[in-house]
Amino acid sequence: MMFEAAGYQLLPVLPEIVLAVGAMVLLLIGAWCGQRAAGLVTGLAICFLIGTGVIEYLLPHGRLMTFGGSFIVDEFARFLKILALLGSAATLVLSREFLEDQSRRMFEFAILVMLSTVGMMVLISAADLIMLYLGLELMSLALYVVAASNRDNVKSTEAGLKYFVLGALASGMLLYGASLIYGFTGTVSFAGIAAAAKTGSIGVVFGLVFLLAGLCFKVSVVPFHMWTPDVYEGAPTPVTAFFASAPKIAAMAVFTRVVLTAFSGVVAEWQQIVVFVAIASMALGSFGAIGQRNIKRLMAYSSIGHMGFALVGLAAGTVEGAQGVVLYLVIYTVMTFGAFTVILAMSRNGQALEQISDFAGLSRTNPLLAFFFAMLLFSLAGIPPLAGFFAKFYVFSAAIKAGLFALSVIGVITSVVGAFYYLNVIKMMYFDEQAEATDAVHIELRSVVAATALFNMLFFVYPGPLVSAATAAAKSLF
Amino acid sequence: MTIGLGHYLAVGAILFTLGTLGIFLNRKNIIIILMSVELILLAVNINLVAFSAFLGDIVGQVFTLLVLTVAAAEAAIGLAVLVVYYRNRGSIAVEDVNLMKG
Repeated sequence: MMFEAAGYQLLPVLPEIVLAVGAMVLLLIGAWCGQRAAGLVTGLAICFLIGTGVIEYLLPHGRLMTFGGSFIVDEFARFLKILALLGSAATLVLSREFLEDQSRRMFEFAILVMLSTVGMMVLISAADLIMLYLGLELMSLALYVVAASNRDNVKSTEAGLKYFVLGALASGMLLYGASLIYGFTGTVSFAGIAAAAKTGSIGVVFGLVFLLAGLCFKVSVVPFHMWTPDVYEGAPTPVTAFFASAPKIAAMAVFTRVVLTAFSGVVAEWQQIVVFVAIASMALGSFGAIGQRNIKRLMAYSSIGHMGFALVGLAAGTVEGAQGVVLYLVIYTVMTFGAFTVILAMSRNGQALEQISDFAGLSRTNPLLAFFFAMLLFSLAGIPPLAGFFAKFYVFSAAIKAGLFALSVIGVITSVVGAFYYLNVIKMMYFDEQAEATDAVHIELRSVVAATALFNMLFFVYPGPLVSAATAAAKSLF
Repeated sequence: MTIGLGHYLAVGAILFTLGTLGIFLNRKNIIIILMSVELILLAVNINLVAFSAFLGDIVGQVFTLLVLTVAAAEAAIGLAVLVVYYRNRGSIAVEDVNLMKG
């Protein structure tokens, strides 16, 4: 066979190889041509990300494994990898205008996004603890740099620093947990752990707690959410949009895979943790956002809350629950991406606007943008018949079927509380005194906003293909 | 007294605790936080090597080598971010990292 080296099948990792080699080629182009190649490198990076998604889609169906069982490609991995790739590609589309500013021109941004995406793909496909750690670090190390990518801005660098320090601590906890799990089960592969950890010995449970703490940090749920508002506020807006989408998908995917495959024998142990974390995140996401004035901070609390909702599906621990998580990730990514694109589009005389009060009277100065933003916010609040409602519907119905009534009730209550601050922004746009007119919006941003808002509005018309793909993805985990 | 697995794990746990406390209790300098992170990774390595020897399984040692490599990359990136931050802020005291709050 063509794709064999040292006795290992390389076909399953072909997408990762293409993307990693592509990143290195682009790095050479950038190093050779200097900063004037920034536009070219970004364009090629978008092509590479989409091309990788196509390769991933064309891989033979069914379950592929390689590297001695430490790397797995199943329907679940395929679906979420394509989603993560699309998220990264959309980030680069958004950042083109941002990078055109002379002072910020840099080709490295696209390359870092590509490398981080390789990390996400490895993370999604990880089938043992070593692969999990390597994927997580490859993703995170690039993200630390991307957060600080606005080098001359003290807020951006502070965001990078905070993200790095807390991220390093989280990796340390994850690793400590991994070492304990290895020691008490004698293996690092998820299948081996599942076979060895049938009875929840104290060492394994200890390791599980540390491992989940590290993963909770990466999906930014309570009590490991402290970095989220600061990093979201400080990082440049396209980077924030990136943080809220692709890395969350990857981290949530590996969270799901770890608890459902490696710890399928000790459901009671991890279920308590996930239920607690879900309730705490939903509550903090709803109440914490109320007093915010900066829209990016508000979106940070919103993302904490949404990750809590996704964990409600995971807490069920069933096929429906996993399907709910996958669907939630898809819809959440689209909604949050649209919202961040609107935030990115808001500027006045070339100055970016980030205060919620800047949205006052937007319905008169830019009615179409205001309408799409209102639809995205309604969807984030979970109001039917928008997509956000169906996302919540699937996770809550899975939780109710699994008998988690208290969790579902608390979730619905916090969702109502959360609707307050989304509606507050809509009230600002439609009923408040008009501020000065905002700048014209670029065509790229306009098309992304329109596409995401239309997806949210029309999801209920024809949800079939997405739901069945999510079901197939969820089934491949069991 | 023979030195068994439990002793190594105790050393690992102590180092891990020291590293975590170092991150949270330190109010002076961010460099100390970077050192604490290294301490945590060291604790993990001791754990992994001890388990590997105890189980007679080589995977733990492979894991250790990979952790060492990644730790070096992590330290390099951390210091780079710190240098960029210092250029903008003119200080690396922990209490000065406070522009964003809430």
